[in-house]
Amino acid sequence: MTQRISIDPITRLEGHGKIDIFLDDKGDVANSYFQIPELRGFERFCVGRPVEEMPLLTNRICGVCPEAHHMAAAKAADAVYHVDPPRTAKMLRELLYMAFYATDHTTHFYALGGPDFIMGPDAPVAERNILGVIHKVGLEIGGKVIQMRKYGHTVVEMIGGRKVHPCTSIPGGITKILSEDERKQIEEMGRWAIDFALFTIQAFKDIVLANKTYLDLIVGDVYTHRTYYMGLVDANNKVNFYDGKVRVVDPDGKEFCKYEAKDYLNHIEERVEPWTYLKFPYLKNVGWKGFTDGKDSGVYMATPLSRLNASDGMATPKAQAAYEEFYATLGGKPVHQRLAIHWARLVELLYAAEHWVELATDPEITSPNVHKVPTEIPTEGVGIVEAPRGTLTHHYTTDERGVLTKVNLIVGTTNNYAPIQMSTNKAARSLIKGGNVNEGLLNMVEMAFRAYDPCFGCATHSLPGQMPLEITIRNPDGEIVDVLKQFVE
Amino acid sequence: MSNKPKFAMYWAASCGGCEIAVLNIHEKILDVDANFDVVFWPVAMDAKYHDVEAMEDGSILLTLFNGGMRNDENEAIARLLRRKSKILVAFGSCATEGCIPGLANLSPVEELFDIAYHTVSTNNPHNIHPQTSFEVPEGTLTLPTMNPIVKTLAQVVDVDYYMPGCPPESHQIAAVIDLVIQVLQGKAQLPPKGSYIGAGNSTVCDECKRDRNVKTITAFKRIQEVAPVDPKLCILEQGVPCNGPATRSGCNARCPTVGAQCIGCYGPAEGVIDYGARLITAFASVVDAREPAEIEAILDGIPDPTGQFYRFNLADSLLRASTKAWKKNGH
Repeated sequence: MTQRISIDPITRLEGHGKIDIFLDDKGDVANSYFQIPELRGFERFCVGRPVEEMPLLTNRICGVCPEAHHMAAAKAADAVYHVDPPRTAKMLRELLYMAFYATDHTTHFYALGGPDFIMGPDAPVAERNILGVIHKVGLEIGGKVIQMRKYGHTVVEMIGGRKVHPCTSIPGGITKILSEDERKQIEEMGRWAIDFALFTIQAFKDIVLANKTYLDLIVGDVYTHRTYYMGLVDANNKVNFYDGKVRVVDPDGKEFCKYEAKDYLNHIEERVEPWTYLKFPYLKNVGWKGFTDGKDSGVYMATPLSRLNASDGMATPKAQAAYEEFYATLGGKPVHQRLAIHWARLVELLYAAEHWVELATDPEITSPNVHKVPTEIPTEGVGIVEAPRGTLTHHYTTDERGVLTKVNLIVGTTNNYAPIQMSTNKAARSLIKGGNVNEGLLNMVEMAFRAYDPCFGCATHSLPGQMPLEITIRNPDGEIVDVLKQFVE
Repeated sequence: MSNKPKFAMYWAASCGGCEIAVLNIHEKILDVDANFDVVFWPVAMDAKYHDVEAMEDGSILLTLFNGGMRNDENEAIARLLRRKSKILVAFGSCATEGCIPGLANLSPVEELFDIAYHTVSTNNPHNIHPQTSFEVPEGTLTLPTMNPIVKTLAQVVDVDYYMPGCPPESHQIAAVIDLVIQVLQGKAQLPPKGSYIGAGNSTVCDECKRDRNVKTITAFKRIQEVAPVDPKLCILEQGVPCNGPATRSGCNARCPTVGAQCIGCYGPAEGVIDYGARLITAFASVVDAREPAEIEAILDGIPDPTGQFYRFNLADSLLRASTKAWKKNGH
């Protein structure tokens, strides 16, 4: 008897991602499919628009990380015009971006991913949320999390003009000149953010690393895949979010390739499957071998953990120390355990805060020299930044007026589509045997893909850190045999 | 179940920015919690879709609905929530006017697929496109069906109020929540059905602090040709096409304040029948030219008139879609 199990992250009709698991005659998992039911068509309807509008138009791909699209688009537009913005313009963009990163990583850790660890995966459902975290870590932490988010939004608004969908980056630079008064405020908030990041890492160590059960969960096999890892690095191979070269390491941690944005087509290809609207990127020079890991499979991952694996360290001192401790504790590079993404995210949070202050205290940050008028004829350009959820590539071709004729976008989470499909599949296989569906499946599958912080229409950005899941098991006649629920009343 | 009035918020085809804007009201969220029983809000809590289905019609007092009508699932939820809600608010630009994703109405759906699944980085020699129903070895997988064009919420169901903005400003959201709470306490009255809420009744220009000198222009310039613009003067009078004159007030002229032109995310100002037509009129009034050739040359300064005049509003404009997308739609 073949059974089919549907896991709807929210409901079947939500349109934000759904997993179908098929069982074979023995009741073991035959296969599973993670479907993305949406396409909006940005690559088509951006054609015909002036290239300077791309930082505004592509913001609307994602309201959770519009800053990432704003930056990738601005950099691609710079490249289209062959213009190198003044140093201050680039620093202002990067400063905005650091504040955004610190905010985004904070939200994920405290509201989404963290509760699994801080409360423990076996904690009662009612406690596995941000309120449970506040209760355990201390009441004042709730206020700190809100403060961190407010500070982050304040900086984004000061430099980007708006809290959501910033509007100031243009080809050749930025429209905003920072005043000394604003700079001072930003510096102060950044110093506070460093303390907040250090506090968060300490809390993670005290609560998670000191507990053997949690540590075993992180290093366990269920969440382990040996894949390639991708991340942007600076000239010293240190992690960078805004600029540099894309570096890929193989499953042994050796550099596989390192490329400039303009050369991405030599390295990345995408596959179309007929059962989902989202494409699957892979390493072109390894090739697509299906949903499988190892050196012979072109599947790669692009997450905070990938960025740490693909780099030689962090560019700021406190984050570098956190980086070293990370690998010392987890047994050296590369780390393949997916749940370590949560810890890697905190190392990045600290870097973002430190670099925020570095930029805010640079003597040139308040310079009025924030834009260089493009003078060359626009042609073609690629812009790459690290979005919190993975390497983000924008590639534009224009006519001689700078009107778009071709647009290609490889968006953060998309990089991880194949690994997420693999992780959920592995969790399902390890928990469904002989037709017995373990109750723990719900949480294990949820944890498997929450680690990636996927942003499929931002479905998993659930405030209380609870992903409503419902598994319906049907017999071949379509009758419901059993329903397992979590967070669904 | 408490006796508090019920509140719901939903996203259809959207980017999530409307949800973030609501979360950015920070502690005001607690007022929502204190005054409402939040029964359905996928970003913040359990979805309980089946519970919504099981509710009595009209039992949700207030539903904020964001996102456009891109596929049949979006429409199904819109109809369900319309049935269950006393007050349905089209929340944000996608639901009120189609927003940026509405620019997809310039192309038939087939063209969106032909581009998306054949980009320069896509290896697709067998011309594979996603299918609404597909047989895998283990069974059948289904996907929602794309609508031929993006529709606004009001083009699918009856809408009580409109709250514009991409996304609506957080201070406006907070003000609307305050108003609804006052109505619940009998201290205020709801505006007439069909009103725009959480926005002003004039234009972005009226909120903008920049000086207008009723100066005419002889050429349109693109922002990267002139940035940084003069910090005090009207951006349109500096030659950069700024959408302020046709766009509804309510954002405090955010973009012009930081040296960027208004791109029109708050939609048409009060009483405007067609956003693009109003903006063309406004632009024409600042252009200083008499001869057709002169006018032609000035208009060449706007390289993408469709996008300039209908960037957020195409799906709700008198045009709604391009001829080829419209014809594919069976009209």
